[in-house]
Amino acid sequence: MKKKLLSFFMVLVFGVIFIIFYKGLEDSNIYTPNINIKNEIPVFKSRDFYSGISLNSSDIFEFDKTYLLNIWSSWCVPCRQEHPLLVDLKEEGKINIIGMNYKDNRKNAENFLQDLGNPYKEVFIDLDGTIAIEWGAYGVPESFLIHNNKIIKKYIGPLNQQLIYEMKLLVK
Amino acid sequence: MIYSLVGHYSLILGLIIGLIIFYFSFKNFNNLNLLDTKILSFTFLQLFFVFISFLCLIFSFIISDFSNETVFNNSHTTKPLFYKISGTWGNHEGSLLLWLLVLTLFIFVFLIRTKNQPIKYKILTLVFQQIIIIGFFIFLIKTSNPFNYLFPIPEEGLGLNPILQDPALAIHPPILYLGYVGSSIIFSSVLAATSLKMISTSWASHIKKWVLISWIFLTLGILLGSIWAYYELGWGGFWFWDPVENVSLMPWLALTTLLHCILVLEKKSILTSWVIILSIATFTLSMCGTFLVRSGILNSVHTFANDPERGLFILVFLFVLIFLSIFIFFFFHKDDRKKSFSLFWLSKETSILINNWFMMYFLSVVLIGTVYPIFLDVISSEKISVGPPFYHKLIIPFLIPFLFMMAIGPKLKWIKSQLEDKIYLISLLFISFLLAFLILKNFNQNILLNTILISSALYLFFITLRDFFIKKYKNISQNIAHFGFSLLILSILFNNLFSSEIITNLKVGETFQNSKTKIVFDSVNQKKEQNYNSIIANFYIYNSNGEEDKFSPELRIYNQPVIVTSEADIKTTLTSDKFIVINLVQNQDFFNVRYQVKPFMLWIWISVILISFGGLISFFKKKL
Repeated sequence: MKKKLLSFFMVLVFGVIFIIFYKGLEDSNIYTPNINIKNEIPVFKSRDFYSGISLNSSDIFEFDKTYLLNIWSSWCVPCRQEHPLLVDLKEEGKINIIGMNYKDNRKNAENFLQDLGNPYKEVFIDLDGTIAIEWGAYGVPESFLIHNNKIIKKYIGPLNQQLIYEMKLLVK
Repeated sequence: MIYSLVGHYSLILGLIIGLIIFYFSFKNFNNLNLLDTKILSFTFLQLFFVFISFLCLIFSFIISDFSNETVFNNSHTTKPLFYKISGTWGNHEGSLLLWLLVLTLFIFVFLIRTKNQPIKYKILTLVFQQIIIIGFFIFLIKTSNPFNYLFPIPEEGLGLNPILQDPALAIHPPILYLGYVGSSIIFSSVLAATSLKMISTSWASHIKKWVLISWIFLTLGILLGSIWAYYELGWGGFWFWDPVENVSLMPWLALTTLLHCILVLEKKSILTSWVIILSIATFTLSMCGTFLVRSGILNSVHTFANDPERGLFILVFLFVLIFLSIFIFFFFHKDDRKKSFSLFWLSKETSILINNWFMMYFLSVVLIGTVYPIFLDVISSEKISVGPPFYHKLIIPFLIPFLFMMAIGPKLKWIKSQLEDKIYLISLLFISFLLAFLILKNFNQNILLNTILISSALYLFFITLRDFFIKKYKNISQNIAHFGFSLLILSILFNNLFSSEIITNLKVGETFQNSKTKIVFDSVNQKKEQNYNSIIANFYIYNSNGEEDKFSPELRIYNQPVIVTSEADIKTTLTSDKFIVINLVQNQDFFNVRYQVKPFMLWIWISVILISFGGLISFFKKKL
């Protein structure tokens, strides 16, 4: 009796599995990650560089403002090269610069900012590089121009005078 | 053209012979003496026709006969001969034909090699196997015929996906299929044995060879796929928990567990339910893998073509087999509870049983991780993807007791509970723990979980290592396999803990430097080959000791079809791999450069080879 019940149960379970697979076939949806056509910025969680307090992306990026997200690291030579430009850009005060500290050692990063100045309004940590993947970044350095929580332009590699100039035109 | 015709009709003949075998088996089931040779020759004939059909497809590929749709879709005249041939099974239709070939080959070998078993059992196994074979014949002819005719005849083919043009991948499918299909023999045989109520110790030692052979091939097949992914996909990893990898891992886990159960069954008449269920599970999981991969329900490198009709066919077929097995299991199998045994808590059987449960746990984690996204999508239209952290979090902690069990288990004599050489066991445990602690301390990686994990792996390592030098301990195959497994876990752990990675964007002539490494992007060359153009980047990399290495990773732009692939440059040494891969950054002068140092990479491959070598020894070992 017990055995009959068990076999009936097994048939039922596999029947349900069959139906679900069958339904899944009907949709026949190829699994692709959603491509952000509107270029909305990703939602992520991180920690603040200095205080270590956890942050949500919504705490950093406000809707009606313009931001430049800069992915940097103390071990990255081109970052060192572009850094003074960022500091200058901060002096002008039109764009809020946000730093994403990528796969870095805390102490080295602090020294880096002390030596070269801190252009960032806020800095958050991406210790294992997963947040950078969410952003679709290739490596360091890389920068994203953001307005209304949308990515307007993406800069791969270090910024230079020319790019900064173009960026300013875009922001206007 | 003529080849396609011959191939097509050979397939139909093969199907007809399948039906004939079916007919004869039923008609003469109780009249067994005269039957054997007739059945045998029909089985051989079937194998012969499938083989002819397969040869025809290979020839069509070699002469680039584009009147054949499969050849047109997957080949190109500029392809090197080697890849023309391997292209035969590098596509859906051809690979199914290979399945069929191996199916018919195995049942033929099974019939001639099985001597001391009742003829009824042999015939019934053949019947079940023919159900599978006929199913595949119909599937092949109806939904994925490799010999479809194209008119007008195209001038040129579409070409083989370049990432499949690779020596490891040319032999990966045949080896893996030998493993998968080997499990079909186990499946048919277990159904036959259950129906005839002859699951016993002698049956176990007869089927053990088949379990071993498919296990060895499955292990090697997975290894080849993994090596390919390592150097071709350019991630620098060897396992990504991709659905396709998972569907090959699941039968492997089931088969490994089955192997251990069979070993117990061979000695003592216990664990019969385990053996039956696992045999069924191994094959249905292989089929399930075929379904998931071929139907397009999951997306992966193995998704050749998405045709819902195909998916539906395999799905229905798979569930027919599952329901058939459930029926046979519940109506024929009587678990002899009266004869039930007392499992002493400190016996070899118990330790195997405990590890079986662990294996089942690992299997279900992988199964859920693979299938759950589909379920969720169907039920709630929500799309999720399950990544490595899920598997790592759920599997790694349970590896610790699993490894300890593996170390201690074989030391427990069958049933009699006596710990041999207790002092050794305990002192080795102490040493491993100390060593693990020191290693992690030295590299500032002092995390409790890692310490315990490494010490448990080290423990297994030392114990199996010691056993090589003990004369009275005879089970050399088990020892090598377990030793290989400990080496595998150790290599993976060290590889994960001590890998370093640099990702940066560089222009030609630029230099990247951090405290340990200096990367000089020296120059770029171009090269033209028959079926691709390549950009070769030259790097000089200096490590902290001032040693210099020259690397030349490539970007290949294949012409047919136009696909860009990046070929990593890997320097392999005994202790570590240096791995560099470049990528184009869109519309910029920069190249994206990934440089990784991965310790003990080579040992991962070596240990898997050791594991399968253990199986091989057991396969050739003479019965005592």
